Amino acid sequence: MNHGNMNSDTLISVKHLWRYYDHFCAVKDISFEVKRGQILGFLGPNGAGKSTTMQILTGTLAPSLGEVAVGGYDLLDQPLAAKQALGYLPEHPPLYHDMRVDEFLKFCAKLHHLPSAEVTTAVNRVIDQCGLTGVRKRLIGNLSKGYQQRVGIAQAIVHTPSVVILDEPTIGLDPIQIREIRDLIRQLGQAHSVILSTHILSEVQALCSQVQIINHGQLVLTDTIEGLFSQIQTTHLQVGLRRPPAIEQLRQIREVEAVEVIDETHFRLRHSADHNPAEELVEKSVANQWGLFELVPEKRSLEQIFVELTRTEVAVNEPTMTTTSPLSDNLSTDLILKVKEAA
Amino acid sequence: MWTIAVREFRSFFLSPLAWSILGVIQLIFGWVFAILLYWYLQPDIQSQLANHPEAPGLTDIVVRNLFEWMGMVLLLIVPLITMRLISEERRNRTLPLLLSSPVSLTSIILGKYLGVMGFFLVMLAMLMLMPLSLLLGGTLDFGQVGAGVLGVTLLIGAFTAIGLYISTLTAHPTVAAIGTFGALLMLWMVGWADQAEEQTGVLTYLSITEHYHTLLKGVFNSQDVVYYVLVIVLFLTLSVQRLEGDRI
Repeated sequence: MNHGNMNSDTLISVKHLWRYYDHFCAVKDISFEVKRGQILGFLGPNGAGKSTTMQILTGTLAPSLGEVAVGGYDLLDQPLAAKQALGYLPEHPPLYHDMRVDEFLKFCAKLHHLPSAEVTTAVNRVIDQCGLTGVRKRLIGNLSKGYQQRVGIAQAIVHTPSVVILDEPTIGLDPIQIREIRDLIRQLGQAHSVILSTHILSEVQALCSQVQIINHGQLVLTDTIEGLFSQIQTTHLQVGLRRPPAIEQLRQIREVEAVEVIDETHFRLRHSADHNPAEELVEKSVANQWGLFELVPEKRSLEQIFVELTRTEVAVNEPTMTTTSPLSDNLSTDLILKVKEAA
Repeated sequence: MWTIAVREFRSFFLSPLAWSILGVIQLIFGWVFAILLYWYLQPDIQSQLANHPEAPGLTDIVVRNLFEWMGMVLLLIVPLITMRLISEERRNRTLPLLLSSPVSLTSIILGKYLGVMGFFLVMLAMLMLMPLSLLLGGTLDFGQVGAGVLGVTLLIGAFTAIGLYISTLTAHPTVAAIGTFGALLMLWMVGWADQAEEQTGVLTYLSITEHYHTLLKGVFNSQDVVYYVLVIVLFLTLSVQRLEGDRI
């Protein structure tokens, strides 16, 4: 396999990746690339093949078919060189609970063949970067979940890898720590490639330059964040009516494409981007005394795209929020926050 | 490889298990050693030995019996030490750290193996102080002592390799300990079948005990050494294969 012609700025290249567990196909023909300076948000519901892909990228799992190259080295042909260029924080941070923080990071640095002269400097640098100065002599097992998570991140970047793969890095952290870690990831993204798997979609919006959504082992979306948002043409109006009419009447308003019932008095109207039915709605509301008390223009958030792309079982033409999968329930609080922000 | 070995070696001294094993072992063998010495110094034994032209010497009686006991006790202790090697990494999900770092599977296994061997060699060195103390009042057959040390080292090496392999099979240290203990005991007893028929066959060759006894007598037979080396290489290879199998 010749990677000599590969763009030197492409740090991760995945080509036609397949992975079977016996007869179950967890990853189906995935191909993508991550370049230097990009932060890729990797999204997908549980069991979609996200973790499998991450494990294959880090060499802890072998692909059934396909090619993976990290930092220009093929993961199967030159595993050691490829892994040298890689920092990985698994879903569950791999920490030895009987070691001290600095001792553990020193071990990780040596494990990645850092010259012994540079080990101390590197360890001090990550301890500083990840805000571990106060706990550097403490036993990892005695640290709180948030600090353990930070040690996990420190472990992934101690050898300054060109590719950093983080599986849900901000889980279990308090809001201030989340901000710090996000700043850190943003910083990493400038000089390295970062792949970030997360359930928190606002994190993707805040951090990532690229987004990928995987469902049932297949990539259902690959785009830049800007491209994704410019693509969102359909917008929504959230309407609150004290004496709502029959849904049919709402649907009859010109330019309204679909009506979703949120609760007894709240409705979500879908309309095309260039025709806003707000004016006609207000007129009709006054004429028929519907009692309009709320009118919120709502942009489709990443959550909604995510839900629509990953909810394959439910008919696409009738996207009612009441019949969503359990996944969207987890997201609903986040979604409500989003709507309030929009208001 | 050495990084892993050093970490493994150090981690033993962080756990109370290793310290308690070291302490208990020292106590048991102190007792065994004292009893053997006391028995050897009994007047009637001494007179019997004096009348016998080919009487066994101090080394044969005290040191050899001490090694004999060590083999038996190691049967119990090795599983306790090796049980957590890989299974605990699986349990605490720390294995991805090693697997995603630029270290080959062979280095991971060898590192673990050397770390444990380091611990056992410390233990052995402490135990060897007892027979060496005999030099204060007597002389030792260093050839026989040397063969015994070699024998016990090879025995530990083989036990550890088996324990390491069984530890790669499970995520439960206790299961690994029981499995290792069973496997070692079987290897220890497998020669008995042949002894019952008073002939030496395949089972005697397989028996770990037979090779050990030959070395303790002070007979250095390359066949015995080859046996141990084969066992060690076989089980270390199997361990690497097992880790490789996890990825597929």
